Amino acid sequence: MMNEMAQTATLPESGRRIGEVILDLKNISLRFGGVKALTDISFDVREHEIRSIIGPNGAGKSSMLNVMNGVYHPQEGTILFRGEPRQQMDPHMAATQGIARTFQNIALFKGMSVLDNIMTGRNLKMKTNLFQHALFWGAAQREEIEHRKKVEEVIDFLEIQSIRKTPVGRLPYGLQKRVELARALAAEPTLLLLDEPMAGMNVEEKQDMCRFILDVNDQFGTTIVLIEHDMGVVMDISDRVVVLDYGKKIGDGTPDEVKNDPDVIAAYLGASH
Amino acid sequence: MLYREAGQFKASYEEDQQIFPIRQDRVGMAVLLAFFFLAVPMFASQYWLQAILIPVLIFSLAAIGLNILTGYAGQLSLGSAAFMAVGAFGAYNFMLRIDGMPFLLGIVLGGLSAALVGVAFGLPSLRIKGFYLAVATLAAQFFIVWALVKFPWFSNYSSSGVISAQEIQILGYAFTTPESKYLLTLAVVTVFALVAKNLVRSTTGRRWMAVRDMDVAAEVIGIRPMRAKLSAFAVSSFYCGVAGALYAYTYLGTVEPEGFNLDLSFKILFMIIIGGVGSILGSFLGAAFIVLLPILLNVVMHSTLGSAMPPGLGSNLELIIFGGLIIFFLIVEPHGLARLWQLGKDKLRLWPFPH
Amino acid sequence: MGFFFEVLIGGLLSGVLYSLVALGFVLIYKASGVFNFAQGAMVFFAALTFVGFMEVLPGWTGLEAGSRAVFWFAFVLSLGAMVVLGVLTERVVLRPLVNQPHITLFMATIGLTFLIEGIVQAIWGSHVRGLDLGITDEPIEWILDSADIIVSKFDVFAATLAGVLVASLALFFQYTKVGRALRAVADDHQAALSIGIPLQHIWAIVWSVAGFVALVAGLIWGARSGVQFALTFTALKALPVLILGGFTSVPGAIVGGLIIGASEKLAEVYLGPFVGGGIEGWFPYVLALLFLLVRPEGLFGEKHIDRV
Repeated sequence: MMNEMAQTATLPESGRRIGEVILDLKNISLRFGGVKALTDISFDVREHEIRSIIGPNGAGKSSMLNVMNGVYHPQEGTILFRGEPRQQMDPHMAATQGIARTFQNIALFKGMSVLDNIMTGRNLKMKTNLFQHALFWGAAQREEIEHRKKVEEVIDFLEIQSIRKTPVGRLPYGLQKRVELARALAAEPTLLLLDEPMAGMNVEEKQDMCRFILDVNDQFGTTIVLIEHDMGVVMDISDRVVVLDYGKKIGDGTPDEVKNDPDVIAAYLGASH
Repeated sequence: MLYREAGQFKASYEEDQQIFPIRQDRVGMAVLLAFFFLAVPMFASQYWLQAILIPVLIFSLAAIGLNILTGYAGQLSLGSAAFMAVGAFGAYNFMLRIDGMPFLLGIVLGGLSAALVGVAFGLPSLRIKGFYLAVATLAAQFFIVWALVKFPWFSNYSSSGVISAQEIQILGYAFTTPESKYLLTLAVVTVFALVAKNLVRSTTGRRWMAVRDMDVAAEVIGIRPMRAKLSAFAVSSFYCGVAGALYAYTYLGTVEPEGFNLDLSFKILFMIIIGGVGSILGSFLGAAFIVLLPILLNVVMHSTLGSAMPPGLGSNLELIIFGGLIIFFLIVEPHGLARLWQLGKDKLRLWPFPH
Repeated sequence: MGFFFEVLIGGLLSGVLYSLVALGFVLIYKASGVFNFAQGAMVFFAALTFVGFMEVLPGWTGLEAGSRAVFWFAFVLSLGAMVVLGVLTERVVLRPLVNQPHITLFMATIGLTFLIEGIVQAIWGSHVRGLDLGITDEPIEWILDSADIIVSKFDVFAATLAGVLVASLALFFQYTKVGRALRAVADDHQAALSIGIPLQHIWAIVWSVAGFVALVAGLIWGARSGVQFALTFTALKALPVLILGGFTSVPGAIVGGLIIGASEKLAEVYLGPFVGGGIEGWFPYVLALLFLLVRPEGLFGEKHIDRV
């Protein structure tokens, strides 16, 4: 499947080919009780691009991701996924549509090994049922082995072979972030939401993570929505950037356009560069 | 030196997925099974078979059941005994009311009845967590026992609510001796332990653990928490139900609803805490520990105090030791005896050159 | 109609006792996030210790058996025992388990339940004892005369006592330094620590206060139905009360207790006959369960938003 995807998204030498709008958010407003988290936000995400969301703390970036994959339900606005409007959707539906994500505070399954965590990422592709699992023979075993192969590809890709049997709770922070990415990739998503994948990392780890994100985008053509605080990274790898502040959109465009936007500069004065 | 995995290479994922990837463990398991299937019935006394080994096996099965729910799926239950009761009374009624009902099918049907009831009482788990759920399972505990007492149909209108298990017959062979009952119990428990192991190492088990460890993240990768939780309730109650049926048929012979009280539920909970939460092996260790401790305590006190022992001291001492051990294990070794066993094996791997 | 009110009032008054036990739960839960399953065992511990002292004190001190002096002496000693129990629990059980998952702490308190029950019975013996507080369980005559409803004197006394206790606790938490610290701790452990509130002191105090509440509940309950092991089961009724009232709400514990008390009696009298009676044992749990499905945070609890 992974190889297939790499083939279908035939990439010209110049790099990625940006495609149609895959996710279109229109006039999204989200409230918690009386608190407005997001106000009237509109932007779109195109196929194969790296779309970043930036903004100061509390700007509503994570809320935005949570709206995208159905954890939060906005009170107002419409969301079009591949041109289809969607009403109430839950995270499970988002997953079946090919949306995967990582979390700001690592949300791995702490009691399970790296391998099991990543295998769990393929859960939607597992077709055998509980009774077949009970026997662990025939179809169930074949399926387990087949998916193990796919998982090993992801493990190779992210260079975490040596820790595959380690319980994730025992891993250092940087590696946990990488395992979380592996779990998301195991689902072979078309849209990957990354919530601060580099937070708390040192320069080397950041470079690795950057490389992985670009490789994923490059090799598999995965569309990526990225929240990140490191402006250097964001400006380097993004195709387009949305800027949020206090739950409102204050800027949108290519990194260069955003960098020179007076509103953005005002919001970020002294906060970056 | 003897316990090493060096030189045992896995050339396929199939080999890597075995329950016992290390050869010495496989040999050890085979020896253990041979011992319990062949040597024990030949040499063990009737007392050991009837009063120790059979209950240990049955409680192991119940503990596996609770471990599936609590250890793997992360849903605390205080109603295991009630689900055992459903299994016992279910199997009894299936065998009583359907002519020629095969014994093994009867206990499986008993288990399925328990699974159904378990799912019904598991429904609240979709909205509530943690000790809220524990209270919900208390409702199951009290309601089920009450219902079995109040509706005499369940006990075939026996005056005291006591049911007497029918004679066990499989293919015309009657299981009447302690040896045969022991072997039957052992066979059933071995099969179901293997099934449980298969479940927890497959996608089903990973879904359970994912919901246990972080349900929001589980949902985001496409697991339906509802299905995962309810399937855990169903499988768990099924195991408790089968254990309950065996409890009635191969262990006690006669049971009454009040025998499956809250105390028994606590005992099963203690088995998994002491044995190891989230471990099949731990379920066996915990069950053996909890069954053997009072017997051992009794022997020790009678030999030291003799007839000078004040009445009630034994049961109070039991309470104190159980309570103390629970706290001790939770603080010192939350993964119980199974973890200690694992640590021992890890040491053995390095022995005699630990560095 | 008179009969209905009689059942209702009887239920409400016995609900006061559930409220008292639930109150102990709420105090500990608010301060330390521990769902203390051992609260029922603490009630039993308190009651048995009290009657135990009542029995042995005359022999030890030469005071006249059953006298007022013996009563208060035993009361003070029992209170001391509850404080020791509270402090020990904090030291031995809670402190090593701090930051563990709630479920682990909960299981630890189940272990604590067994430990407490074993210890107290090993000390005082396990036979049933009576406890006389000097208030008889007989109808109040003027109500019987004027409205033809039986209202027990004892129940009214118990309810008054519980009311006074709750009011004084409320004042304690509202106006004393310790009370303010406790409320700070309940709000946010980290923040409380950072402004220098000694968390472990507060816990020890709260467990002691919960012990005091357990003592009062134990005395009333023991006087009503004898001091015996069954007290621990009756105390389990406090769990549905908590679900109804919310785990963090003192008024919730009170109102929840009243609702459970009244509804289980009414259910027993009006529904019981149709299903063979004895439904008091499970009715509160099922009621709480149904309630959970509608309002998981309880009547007075705070709504919880999952953050990711």
